[in-house]
Amino acid sequence: MEVIELKELNFENEVLNSPVPVLVDFWASWCGPCKMLSPVVDEVASESDGSYKVGKVNVDEEGELAMQFGIASIPTLLVFSGGELVNKSVGLITKDEILDLLK
Amino acid sequence: MYDVIIIGAGTAGLTAAIYTQRAGKTALLLEAKAYGGQIVNTPDIENYPGYKHISGFEFATNLYEQAKELGAELKYERALSIRDGGNERKTVVTNAGEYECKAVILATGAKNRPLGLENEQKMVGSGVSYCATCDGMFFRGREVAVVGGGNTAIEDASFLSNYCSKVYLIHRRDAFRGDAKGVKALKEKDNVEFVLNSAVTKLLGKFRLEGIEVTNKLDGSVKTIPVAGLFVAVGQQPENESFSDVVSLDEGGYIAAGEDCRTGTEGIFTAGDCRTKTVRQLTTAAADGAVAALAACKS
Repeated sequence: MEVIELKELNFENEVLNSPVPVLVDFWASWCGPCKMLSPVVDEVASESDGSYKVGKVNVDEEGELAMQFGIASIPTLLVFSGGELVNKSVGLITKDEILDLLK
Repeated sequence: MYDVIIIGAGTAGLTAAIYTQRAGKTALLLEAKAYGGQIVNTPDIENYPGYKHISGFEFATNLYEQAKELGAELKYERALSIRDGGNERKTVVTNAGEYECKAVILATGAKNRPLGLENEQKMVGSGVSYCATCDGMFFRGREVAVVGGGNTAIEDASFLSNYCSKVYLIHRRDAFRGDAKGVKALKEKDNVEFVLNSAVTKLLGKFRLEGIEVTNKLDGSVKTIPVAGLFVAVGQQPENESFSDVVSLDEGGYIAAGEDCRTGTEGIFTAGDCRTKTVRQLTTAAADGAVAALAACKS
């Protein structure tokens, strides 16, 4: 599945109202570890059979969203399910660890 | 059977892979997380000869691509142990399998040392950070503290003082190991307050960091400082325990080896920050990678 570019405007619809769990990657272009994690997140997205979705939030462009979820370090991965935040991970992690967050 | 297995794909490990492949041998890199190591956290490298400026990410990616184009293989697996079968017969056991090789290079690097306080891990990403340049912007206009007395702590405090309303610099002694010019510049800043002979003894706040408890080491007095962020810069620590049965570690946990990168064990070499050494820089990591690989290829 494609990675969804998340903004304040589509966050509720794509994430909070999603029928399946959503992995959200908070990142910025100046953040080295974010750039290392990004292709791994893309891979997780491409392997989805539809049982989960993947989106990314650029914290420079969407500062309000970052603030709303108390992001204080990037990369941060959040997992939402049924409109609720159910999992969180900060920093570089492996693909298996990302998939574990979605379980 | 690989000629050389390199554990860790940071600057030392990737350089070792380049030299191994160029020597006509086969290299397998084993990396638990992502290639590049610690340098990917650095926005701008200004002290690597031949580059006036390069980002850590770009530097690491260049190194990785260079190693890959030369034919080095990289597997994202965590090396758990080494079985030493004697001359040119080593087995590296990972979370996913076992690989045989003639020589091993340990290039496991080092990671940020935590303070070791209760809730510290839980607070990472909720106020506790080990990287001011990565996370400083989330604390714009707020009060933060930096703990440490070396160059990193001084640079972090200086960087944060440009964004944050107030920066407390907490150090367990009253003298700084770091660059004297940096300390002087920091003392002249209105929004930086030095809290010396003191240690952070507690993290306050339930879900997010709301403050820190600081204990004065001389008189034992305790005070609370309300801060939204705590930047920990108390140095690095190695992670070599898994290999302590095949190589000797020094008292700090670093792998004991000289500038020739040879451990006491035949066919096992070490390179980069994980080795006992006085200067831990990109250039010394790269130098170790070359020395270790050329020695491993000859062994």
